[in-house]
Amino acid sequence: MLILTCPCCGQTGEESEFHGGGEAHLKRFGPGSSDADFEGYMFMRENPKGVHFERWRHAYGCGKWFHAARCTMTLEVFGTYPAQTTEPPKELRDKISKKRPGWSWGAFS
Amino acid sequence: MSTRLASGGRLVDQGQPINFSFNGNTLKGYAGDTLASALLANDQMLVGRSFKYHRPRGIVASGVEEPNALVNLGSGGTFEPNQRATTTELFDGLQATSQNHWPSLEFDVGAINAKLARFMPAGFYYKMFIHPRPLWKHVYEPFIRQAAGLGKAPKVRDEDTYEHFYAFCDVLVVGGGMAGLTAAKSAAASGAQVLVFEQTAHWGGRAPVDGGIVDGTPVDKVVDKLVSELSDMPNVTMRLRTMGAGVYDHGYVLGYEQLRDHAPKAQGPRHRLWRIRAGHVITATGALERPLSFAGNDIPGVMLASAVRDYVVNYGVSPGDRTVVVTNNDDAYRTALAIKHAGLSVPVILDARVPETDSPLMTAAKDAGIRVLMGHGVAKVLGGKRVTGVAVCAQAGEGAILEEIECDTVAMSGGWSPVVHLWSHCGGKLSWDNDFAMFRPDVDKAPTGQDGSGFVSAAGAANGHFGLSEVLSDAHASGGTAAKATGHAKSRRKAPKAESVDEAPMAPVWLMPQGAGVTLRGKAWLDYQNDVKVSDVQLAAQEGFESVEHAKRYTTLGMATDQGKLSNINGLAILSDALDQPIPQTGTTTFRPPYTPISMGAIGGEARGEVFQPVRRTAMYDWHEANGADWEPVGQWRRPLAYVQPGENLHDAVMRETKNVRENLGLLDASTLGKIIVKGPDAGRFLDMLYTNMMSTLKPGKCRYGLMCGENGFLIDDGVVARIDEDTFLCHTTTGGAEHIHGHMEEWLQTEWWDWKVYVANVTEQYAQIAVVGPKARAALEALGGMDVSQEELGFMEWADGSIGGFDVRVYRISFSGELSYEIAVKASEGQAFWDALMAVGAAHDVMPYGTEALHILRAEKGFIMIGDETDGTVIPQDLGLHWALSKKKEDYLGKRAHLRTHMADPTRWKLVGLETTDGSVLPDGAYAVAEGTNDNGQRNVQGRVTSTYHSPNLDKGIAMGLILNGPDRMGEVLEFPGTDGKTHSARIVSPVFYDPEGEKQNV
Repeated sequence: MLILTCPCCGQTGEESEFHGGGEAHLKRFGPGSSDADFEGYMFMRENPKGVHFERWRHAYGCGKWFHAARCTMTLEVFGTYPAQTTEPPKELRDKISKKRPGWSWGAFS
Repeated sequence: MSTRLASGGRLVDQGQPINFSFNGNTLKGYAGDTLASALLANDQMLVGRSFKYHRPRGIVASGVEEPNALVNLGSGGTFEPNQRATTTELFDGLQATSQNHWPSLEFDVGAINAKLARFMPAGFYYKMFIHPRPLWKHVYEPFIRQAAGLGKAPKVRDEDTYEHFYAFCDVLVVGGGMAGLTAAKSAAASGAQVLVFEQTAHWGGRAPVDGGIVDGTPVDKVVDKLVSELSDMPNVTMRLRTMGAGVYDHGYVLGYEQLRDHAPKAQGPRHRLWRIRAGHVITATGALERPLSFAGNDIPGVMLASAVRDYVVNYGVSPGDRTVVVTNNDDAYRTALAIKHAGLSVPVILDARVPETDSPLMTAAKDAGIRVLMGHGVAKVLGGKRVTGVAVCAQAGEGAILEEIECDTVAMSGGWSPVVHLWSHCGGKLSWDNDFAMFRPDVDKAPTGQDGSGFVSAAGAANGHFGLSEVLSDAHASGGTAAKATGHAKSRRKAPKAESVDEAPMAPVWLMPQGAGVTLRGKAWLDYQNDVKVSDVQLAAQEGFESVEHAKRYTTLGMATDQGKLSNINGLAILSDALDQPIPQTGTTTFRPPYTPISMGAIGGEARGEVFQPVRRTAMYDWHEANGADWEPVGQWRRPLAYVQPGENLHDAVMRETKNVRENLGLLDASTLGKIIVKGPDAGRFLDMLYTNMMSTLKPGKCRYGLMCGENGFLIDDGVVARIDEDTFLCHTTTGGAEHIHGHMEEWLQTEWWDWKVYVANVTEQYAQIAVVGPKARAALEALGGMDVSQEELGFMEWADGSIGGFDVRVYRISFSGELSYEIAVKASEGQAFWDALMAVGAAHDVMPYGTEALHILRAEKGFIMIGDETDGTVIPQDLGLHWALSKKKEDYLGKRAHLRTHMADPTRWKLVGLETTDGSVLPDGAYAVAEGTNDNGQRNVQGRVTSTYHSPNLDKGIAMGLILNGPDRMGEVLEFPGTDGKTHSARIVSPVFYDPEGEKQNV
């Protein structure tokens, strides 16, 4: 059971206080998009062994969605940040680079 | 025979006799006994039968690793199967029965399987029970079910209580032996909050039995001193009879405390599940001795050497008069010496090794007059239900018998394996140690916490250190590491020093003798409980089950209730040998929590019966309860299914209520329907994205029915939206949908359209809502007095605020029944009073409350869909003929893009129609309409299914809705629906609107 810190209310809590929401930083493709783009948005997901960015909701706390950067192998949590962004903050990416040189995930590295 | 010694037994009090029963016979034990030691004291070596061959099984071990001595304990509401006799503390009146035999333990018919063992090798069940297929259901499955399982399932409800307990600590030490106590002392000295668990009823672990001198003091006295010092420290909590069951992510640990299994008359919960967040975990879980694989090693009387020593020293019990010790290491010599010291006979020590010089323990044994045969082993054990002797052979040979030696006990030791379970649960890696032939924790690859650093340290024997002096220095260091990891300064105290004892190196012995032929290998057991032999693992390898995980499942090695505590290492050594690869390359199977089985009661804790989950009650709940409500759970809500009056059954009540709504007046408690406020300048724009139809054009004062799809196009909810003012909407959701639709709105607002100015609030519980339905609804409301509820002032699909009968109300002219209907919301606190007022005024209008079943029939008569009946997560609005609710004007809404996917636009999707049986009966719910031909599995092809089906009292016939291939184009066609009752029902495709198709009754 993970321990996560909500970047919105600042509370650190047990995983049971949060609700996982799958991969972060998906770009929405709506009407007018190609079949390939829509398929990618709807169904294709990263499944990394290592650095991963995912969505969480502080479901039994402040109710806010946020993002977490986490290692799926060691369960290390590199950091959490608000969901109102389309990419991980540079600070966090630099921090991950120090610990996992050469990492990449989706379009980010 | 096994018997009680006249004196001795450091844990038992021979002055305190205790009576207990085994298979109905009353036996005597002493306070401090385990059930196993007491059974041995009564010469009850035979305690059960094995799973597959029903071989006689005796006590092998003295602790949690015991695979054989599983018993049924207690009776009635305290009955529990599969309890290990070796860890069951004896109490007065304990009742135990043996398992897996018929008709009796001594004579078991199933033992015929042992004679057939040659024909039941590894994978027998897979090979035997697959062909011919049709035999599976009626022949094979019942047979396997009959044979499966060791203990009996309890028949009555567990009468005990259980609890959960939350705890936090800096350092959790699992294991209260010398390593655990030393580590705890070292961590606690630095000021860390320390929690110490010991799974048995005694501190000290093996040390008091094995002996040793620490800083000049005998080790058992050192244990007492350490325990008393730790108990006096305010920052230390100590718990006996508490097992570290599992280690999970980020320092989460489950502990399992058995509070009164040893004292069943005590008050309070029986078990307690500790849910712990630990800063650092020290696993001082010791090591388990391995059996040796020789023919007949499963005959009752063959025991682990350490267990024999435990029974003699701890319980004053002699497992046998003459004990042959067979070993590949020095530790078993301690057993020989302990037996000799107790005045019993050790005819020989068979040591598989050929050392150049004698170690101190070998010298001690020889000095005690014990015959020691180096380079020798057991060719086979003689005896059936009890050992009668051993045939001795050279370990290096193929098993030629050199000599037969009479004995009634064999004490074996194949070396020791650290208990690495807890280390491994959360990803700690292992490395292979060639000197001790064991897996030990790889200290550089500990399980990692949220900051990426290791949060588990192993200490002592669990870390692969065996001599007392190495154990103490390792444990002391672990305690310091843990303290430092949790932000405490390392204590400067020095590690306690133990006098070291030189031991000769052990030699790995995976098969005895090493050249054992096929007959001997077929009698050399690895897994006693599941009957897996050396030959089975070799067969698995030969048949291509090379991965250790495959070999495990194919042979069932290590899959019994002991989870392979004794058998795993020996089994994978045999597998490695068969595959001709080194053991580390074979690897281990996965260690999964819990370490030993924990009770289901403890997992459930307090959450059972009424407190299993909270029940949501509407404001009128008590009234419903007092007026015959037959409750239906809807999510966590309870809604009346119908109100059953004296003299009628549930069906009668439903029919009466349904008719009365159409003819007179019905009241429905609709409070559970979700009510979500969506407010802000962008509220209309937001709802246009969420609903498939247009909401932004709705005028204040008006209502509109809307559909919601997920981004993947499938229907998720429906309901009526009312526009309160320019910036505010009130969205009704289904009863089950309120929370998740609110969550759905929040998700899109927070993660996609976070710059839109919209706020949403779930106000479901703020209102009580009552549907006043039927041709007499208006008359009743007018009689109550207040606002104008006429068609002119408050038309269909309009809402208004006002006052009725003195209550502040919001009235919606919406209808889910097709009748004249007012859904009236009041403050939740006034719900009951308003309900009472409506019932009182309604008396003159033949009012009746109605429940959810009548609601369902009424909506089905009108062809209204119900989320969860007509939809199931694979249904899109187009399937239900709801094209009219899909906006063509809007560029975008959730689900719009998905509806363009080829499968969604496929004209052969099953579509909604009405179904009417040809004889007026009711179609079975969920029944499939069959088509011509069969599919690849030989089943009838299908062309549709029933989604809702009822008897309509208003039409006096069965009505149904269903999704049918090309349904709307096949009106009048008759389809066949085979039921599970063997009958085939015929139904005609009709319009789904059975009643008032023009909608005249609701718009008056």
